[in-house]
Amino acid sequence: MIPAKFDYVRPASLDEAVRALASDDDAKVIAGGQSLLPLLRLRFAYPSVLVDVGAIESLRDVRDNGSFLEIGARVTHYDLTRNPLIRQHAGLLAQAAGTIADPAVRHRGTIGGALSHADPAGDLPAVVTALDATLVVTGPSGTREVKPGDFFSDFLTTTLEAGEILTMVRVPKLGPGWGYRYEKFHPTAQAWAIVGVAAVARRDDGHVAEARVGLTNMGAVPVRAVAVESAVAGSAASVSALTEAAAHADDDTNPPDDLRAAADYRRHLARVLTGRALAAAAGVS
Amino acid sequence: MTAETVTPREVGKARTRKEDARLITGQTNWTDNITLPGLAHVAFLRSPSAHARILSVNVDEARNAPGVYAAYSGADFAAEQGSLPCAWPVTEDIVIPEHPPMATDTVRYGGEIVAAVVARDRYAAADALELIDIEYESLEPVLDMEAALRPGSPKVHEAGNKSFTWTFANGDLAAAFENAPVVLERTYRQQRLIPSAMEPRAVVAAGVGGEYTLWSATQIPHVLRVMLALVTGIPEQNLRVIAPDVGGGFGSKLQVTAEEVLSLLITRKLGRPVKWTESRSEGNVAVHHGRDQIQRIRVAAEADGTLRGLDVDLLADMGAYLMLVTPGVPLLGAFMFNAIYKMSAYRFNCTGVFTTKTPTDAYRGAGRPEATYAIEHIMDDLAAHLGVDPLEVRERNWIKHEEFPYTTIAGLTYDSGNYEAATALARSLFHYDDLRKESAERAAGAAKVRLGVGVSTYTEMCGLAPSRVLGSLSYGAGGWESASVRMLPTGKVEVVTGSSSHGQGHETSWSQIAADQLGVPFEDIRVLHGDTQVSPKGMDTYGSRSLTVGGTALVLACGKVREKARIIAAGLLEVAPEDLEWNSGRWSVRGDPDQGKAIAEIALATFAAHNLPDGVEPSLDSDATYDPDNFSFPHGTHLCAVEVDTETGAVKIRSYVAVDDIGHVINPLIVDGQIHGGLAQGIAQALYEEAAYDSSGNLITASLADYLIPSAADLPSFTTARTETPSTGNPLGVKGVGEAGTIASTPAVVNAIIDALRPFGVTDVSMPCTPERVWRAIQEGGAR
Amino acid sequence: MRITVNIDGVRYDDDVEPRLLLVHYLREYAGRTGTPIGCDTSNCGACTVLLNGKSVKSCSILTVQADGAEVTTIQGLAANGELHPLQRAFHEEHALQCGYCTPGMIMAAADLLSENPHPTEEEVRDGLEGNLCRCTGYQNIVHAVLKAAHAGETTEVTA
Repeated sequence: MIPAKFDYVRPASLDEAVRALASDDDAKVIAGGQSLLPLLRLRFAYPSVLVDVGAIESLRDVRDNGSFLEIGARVTHYDLTRNPLIRQHAGLLAQAAGTIADPAVRHRGTIGGALSHADPAGDLPAVVTALDATLVVTGPSGTREVKPGDFFSDFLTTTLEAGEILTMVRVPKLGPGWGYRYEKFHPTAQAWAIVGVAAVARRDDGHVAEARVGLTNMGAVPVRAVAVESAVAGSAASVSALTEAAAHADDDTNPPDDLRAAADYRRHLARVLTGRALAAAAGVS
Repeated sequence: MTAETVTPREVGKARTRKEDARLITGQTNWTDNITLPGLAHVAFLRSPSAHARILSVNVDEARNAPGVYAAYSGADFAAEQGSLPCAWPVTEDIVIPEHPPMATDTVRYGGEIVAAVVARDRYAAADALELIDIEYESLEPVLDMEAALRPGSPKVHEAGNKSFTWTFANGDLAAAFENAPVVLERTYRQQRLIPSAMEPRAVVAAGVGGEYTLWSATQIPHVLRVMLALVTGIPEQNLRVIAPDVGGGFGSKLQVTAEEVLSLLITRKLGRPVKWTESRSEGNVAVHHGRDQIQRIRVAAEADGTLRGLDVDLLADMGAYLMLVTPGVPLLGAFMFNAIYKMSAYRFNCTGVFTTKTPTDAYRGAGRPEATYAIEHIMDDLAAHLGVDPLEVRERNWIKHEEFPYTTIAGLTYDSGNYEAATALARSLFHYDDLRKESAERAAGAAKVRLGVGVSTYTEMCGLAPSRVLGSLSYGAGGWESASVRMLPTGKVEVVTGSSSHGQGHETSWSQIAADQLGVPFEDIRVLHGDTQVSPKGMDTYGSRSLTVGGTALVLACGKVREKARIIAAGLLEVAPEDLEWNSGRWSVRGDPDQGKAIAEIALATFAAHNLPDGVEPSLDSDATYDPDNFSFPHGTHLCAVEVDTETGAVKIRSYVAVDDIGHVINPLIVDGQIHGGLAQGIAQALYEEAAYDSSGNLITASLADYLIPSAADLPSFTTARTETPSTGNPLGVKGVGEAGTIASTPAVVNAIIDALRPFGVTDVSMPCTPERVWRAIQEGGAR
Repeated sequence: MRITVNIDGVRYDDDVEPRLLLVHYLREYAGRTGTPIGCDTSNCGACTVLLNGKSVKSCSILTVQADGAEVTTIQGLAANGELHPLQRAFHEEHALQCGYCTPGMIMAAADLLSENPHPTEEEVRDGLEGNLCRCTGYQNIVHAVLKAAHAGETTEVTA
């Protein structure tokens, strides 16, 4: 219940934060702390210093940048569910954020924290994957942009380099014709997803012109269900066609076998839930 | 005067609770809130492995850490710590292993205490704990009960892995099974559960001049005091135990724990008050667990479903040691497998098995939920086997209301009950026939989401317990309860009870009882409990016993107050006591009601004592200790409808009706609350909870992130109703309600799931019925 | 590290270790023991308080992160000796038994009602998903929250 000792700094600017982070290999960023504090309390992590980005106001912005939304890393799950821009242009993010943990955790937890924590059972990694978002990272050598597929590298691991901070998530707006759905399958309301499926789909007449699908907890990193995406493209917008496409949902996945579920059951769930998510996204359920 | 003359004005009323004022404003006195001058904090280091020999313990570095007062290993307590008590040696040849509060040479479950640190605050204590160095030699874990009993299994204790075998038999079982038209045999699994009271345990211990006070989040301050005196050698008169506000127990705080013993020993060694508060993850490995049985059950029946005989073989996981009542828990089920049914033969056989897991002990229902689950499950199986409605097969077998009192095949005499009435009411509230119809339609249409209906017609034995019966079962104590009534000079009343509330609302219910018994306002009564100095005598709270036993003691004590008041009133009124009659708090002259004395006037006159009759002591105060002649037998009919998503295996409770017959009701608000909470716990066993171990013997549900307790979002609204068939065994006509919901609901839910899945060939799903298990049962189309 | 925090209307200036959890600060420095601790994984919600008016689990916040903030605990909810409508409703509806989850449950419900003053039963259940109770089966808690909402009284909480 009691964290080990650490130092703490709360820089007022991103530059300062990057410097503080780069100067100590065991430094760790804290934002809302909803992923980190449980680890500290159980003494699963021993950072030397916590760099609190809570005073860097620019990280809380949500901006409309034409065809993209720019979402600051410190935007909370609660804000994701409420922000009008996000609800209008990236509804999947708002819907999925509303399923994370519980209201009190959502008030504190941030999109940047959730992505940087890179828990394969977390909901947002699969969501930004399905949204084909771009993650903007700032470090000692400047700013770079990373796609989700290159950001998540392993269980609880990202390609963030020493001193780098995830600062912004750039999300392409879902335009007319797009629908979305996050299907989360969890044993109790506040439990982590056994499997989650984030789907966006664009309807064109009676067909699904294109779709993107991200899977939660079907491997050490969020998985993009590319086989499903290609099967869906151009298919009929019908439950049966989408269910058929969803049969590929577990292709090239490596789901865990753990207390919560066996791998084969996760594969089955991924197929069922992908069908449901696609149907909802395509507006045919 | 007898109780019949008492006018019920308060009893039966939905009084809001007296306890709430402090609880809703954050002024509650939890043990962890207590602070004393110089208070030091204790932290315990626990074994990380299930089974190991301790080669060495080095606490030097911890002892020298900043803010640390002391650090101890088992060797420091070896001479004085004794063995944690088991008060229920169920057989002559039972194996009760030594159970040192702090392990000295071998650890037998992950979570056993191996060292301690005492520091000036909890942060320093937690830091120092990491500086303790222990060398272990791994031993093989013993995790499976059946394997544990096979020759060649690694041993938990030198004496082996069997603690006891206990058998009960009545009637000719062989005859019942021979040529029986129907014989069903099933094996059910009662998973291991973690009681999970919301308040983690905490202890504060202090001693001055050889006199000790122990505050503990316990259900049993009185039993604890006796046991701690015996274990530590502190003379009982010098030991005071206080249970302040206690945040739930469900059996988990019906224990004499290593932490309580060690806190006392540490305060004695160190000469400073100490506090220990556990974290949830610590509690999940260290607080005793519940259930964990393998139940092999066979029934023999006639072709029409009439039961002939029942044969039960249990393996009960004791865990690594026998705690306070560990071996007795499965035996409480021995009398309940036959439930509400008539039959001619019954055999019950139970073997207690040691494993390298956290010890098990009482958890809400203790033995009775297990029995009820098995019999109600197999009754549904029998109905399915015969193609008869499950309620009908039960009705063919249950004791008819006109047959009470009825002595069952297990030897208990059920004094009263009306299963017909409870079932009829439940059926109608549930819209039983409509749901059955919808269920059949969905099955016929091969719907993806199926509907299942589950039945549970339970009874339980409550009001633990007649001391003579406990003695015959080798329990180490009696089952009486005590109450005192103190009439204060101003006419106000202090009620002292030996029952120890930890959320049940005794302060309210006891006030209602005493208000009627003494004819004083509800508000004028204060109920005191949970402190051996204030309430010196008691048997505490468990087994749905408080009201049936403790409430009766209160009625008897009030009766004595009235009788004393009568003598004094007669003196004041200058009439003979026989000429007085009691009416709503007043003794008045029969035929001349204006001439009388209210109890408050009598109390003041007694206090002044100026003109009491000769030889009458100036006190109305009275004590009573009540030992019941029999148990009480609440019963009821619970009906549950679930929807099962056959694609994912997800289960959703659509409706739940609980009709309970708990006899007379003192406070319907409190009764409904007990039922609701009981249902939630029983449903949680059916659907969510399981203490799971990995193959090395590590508990992998050591936190609330992994051990899934349902929230409001996971549970439905319940429909509750009552029939009222009073108990004939006590003057209040009450039966107890603390465990009913838990006992009844688990089989109702599981039966509903299986009912939905029978078309797929499913006859069982192991608990908890997780979506994966349900899905797999469908895939495999058979029992798992 | 130096902090200033306002708890239930009282300002505290203190020097604390960075690792000190807010709930320990509340209980052991500010003497606000009305907020209990029920777990160590942010699941139970017993320690829920309002931080600048929003529900948070005080075990999951460092005290230093609350620097400059206003904290409202169960002990600061009743204004001028008048129980908060939720406190009254919890009492009247018998929405508590042992009472250990009650402070957090009430604070979570206060937040819920400030967001959504007229919730449905389902919204109440979902809104309380982060608060565990072992005694009540939640039925009367849900009733109490609905009743407090229905009372139409202000449920806005000002720290």
